Amino acid sequence: MKQAGIYIEMENNRVKDTSLGMITLAARADVFLYALVLDGVDDSTRQNLAEYGINTIVDMPLADDPQIRRNPAVRAGAIADAARELKLDTIFGLSTAEGKDIIPRVAAMMDVPLVMDCLDVNLEKNIARTSQYSGKVMADIQLTGSVIIFGIRPNAVQPVPAPAQAQTITLTLDTTVPANLSLLSWDDGEDGGRISLAEADIIIAGGRGLKNKENFSLIFECAGKMNAAVGASRVAVDEGWVPYACQVGQTGEKVSPQVYIACGISGSIQHFAGMKTAKMIIAVNKDENAAIMAHCDYHVQGDLFEILPELIKQL
Amino acid sequence: MQIYVCVKHVPDSAANIHILGNTQIDEKVAFLLNPYDEHAVTEAAVLKKTVPDSDIIAVCMGKKDAEKTIRSAMAMGADRGLVVETDAVCDSMTTARALHAAIVQDGSPDIIFTGKESIDSEGMQTLFRIGALFDFPVVTNAVSLEIKSGKAVVTCELAGGRTRTFQLALPCVLGAGRGLNTPNYPTFPDVVKARKKPIQTISLDSLGIPPGPGSAKIVALEPLIQKRRPKKILGTPAEQAKEIIRILQQDAKVIS
Ligand SMILES: Cc1cc2nc3c(=O)[nH]c(=O)nc-3n(C[C@H](O)[C@H](O)[C@H](O)COP(=O)(O)OP(=O)(O)OC[C@H]3O[C@@H](n4cnc5c(N)ncnc54)[C@H](O)[C@@H]3O)c2cc1C
Ligand SMILES: Nc1ncnc2c1ncn2[C@@H]1O[C@H](COP(=O)(O)O)[C@@H](O)[C@H]1O
Repeated sequence: MKQAGIYIEMENNRVKDTSLGMITLAARADVFLYALVLDGVDDSTRQNLAEYGINTIVDMPLADDPQIRRNPAVRAGAIADAARELKLDTIFGLSTAEGKDIIPRVAAMMDVPLVMDCLDVNLEKNIARTSQYSGKVMADIQLTGSVIIFGIRPNAVQPVPAPAQAQTITLTLDTTVPANLSLLSWDDGEDGGRISLAEADIIIAGGRGLKNKENFSLIFECAGKMNAAVGASRVAVDEGWVPYACQVGQTGEKVSPQVYIACGISGSIQHFAGMKTAKMIIAVNKDENAAIMAHCDYHVQGDLFEILPELIKQL
Repeated sequence: MQIYVCVKHVPDSAANIHILGNTQIDEKVAFLLNPYDEHAVTEAAVLKKTVPDSDIIAVCMGKKDAEKTIRSAMAMGADRGLVVETDAVCDSMTTARALHAAIVQDGSPDIIFTGKESIDSEGMQTLFRIGALFDFPVVTNAVSLEIKSGKAVVTCELAGGRTRTFQLALPCVLGAGRGLNTPNYPTFPDVVKARKKPIQTISLDSLGIPPGPGSAKIVALEPLIQKRRPKKILGTPAEQAKEIIRILQQDAKVIS
């Protein structure tokens, strides 16, 4: 049986739903599942992980000191150590912003193959499905090696409960901060609680159609009412209406939310590169012939300056 | 300082990609310098302004045609170029080994710039592998760089406007993000000057790289086709808004 370790991302002391989705993905195969937890395991974490099918929870608490705990090289080292200690043959992690800074480090440290941003994984054949060429192509990539690693796009798979009897073991780690890479400071943003783009169920995004920064508040207001994350086209970012962190597309974030609502966005190839895997796309555009109107699930032709205020009112 | 910049020759993001057979694309499309690597070259040129005796070497592994990307990097500020030529499609483990070997053969880097990812294979890992082979520290998605008392102080962006600032001992590997700078688009004289700069070509085989302990192989490519059939939501703005809310509640079940 395969021995897979799933690196669990937490937020506010809770296991992220996207981490649970990764367990559901891994559990489709005949595999023994370890959850690798670096941020402390409490009762609710234990129950949560067991409910979704983890067999062994590996508690590897890192020191509270943020210089240690937040250092991606320390975190990657811990995962690599656990993989050796537990003789894992497969490692899963999320392709979130943090994950993109940690999972490739693990692969590089261990010198083993990796596919990031997987939309699906076939563990029988060790084949990962990922997008390439700005989302224009789906590639199946087969990995060989004593250990193989998959970085899973958040929301690629919805979590489904599959209760298991989970035991917990503790691993004590040697976590010295590497002398050549130290964390000096960090900034969690003005709005630390803002929903992360890659992990949101709903994204409402605005483009050039918003016309200016003030108008973009319509998008923020709507997002607030439906608990959505805010996205943007590159034009909206380049114009300085929203920070780069909101950009969706080939040179921005790649997202797979349940619903993507595009307002005043034409649907360029480069924008689609970031959102074409959304489960549902709703396009609000005054131009019936905009590319996005032909490649969406719901085509709402009209003036966003009339439709968005109505949405805000009715939500 | 010896500043190496790894630049990849990739299909234009606006090109239509056609798949040949099962595992290859039709390469008769425009190829250019990977967009993130433009930020990498630009940052190297910025750094050279503060450390004037620096040498910027653009390194690319690819087919013969990859020389064009080296010329673009030169027009943006690289002093010379190094092409590791191969017709093979290499995975990241092999690519990193080849770039590492080529750089070691050429000189001793103080900084290696890369992009945070390539837009064709979207691997997001070559930089970390190069770092591990050299045993240099690595950061990705860098948005600001300062060299202070012989160390690199680099701010990197995470999602949602969050950042982390790291101190790296030199030599180091820095993966450029889009926020790092505005690329220097070359002027005509820059392009002309670039034609005279030296490029050295070495074959991948001549580097004699032993196979890595694992591999990643493309077994199938298929176009990602949109199978969506748009349904029109008609009516007044109020009616359209009402229908959107109904869809979110009842069909997508994402709001209550
Ligand atoms: C290398 C490269 C990388 C790129 N990366 C990205 C990327 O990551 N993400 C990205 O988004 N772009 C990217 N781009 C840019 C991309 O090519 C487009 O220029 C961009 O996506 C267009 O943004 P837009 O849809 O907001 O603007 P436009 O294309 O101008 O579209 C605006 C739309 O708003 C509609 N509109 C206007 N007013 C209203 C109104 N009142 N009500 C309703 N609708 C209205 C219009 O009908 C139009 O369809 C990249 C380009 C390159 C070359
Ligand atoms: N064949 C290559 N030649 C030169 N640099 C490369 C090559 N492949 C990847 N790189 C560098 O590694 C970065 C990350 O690539 P990737 O891991 O493919 O996303 C790119 O932005 C380049 O700087």
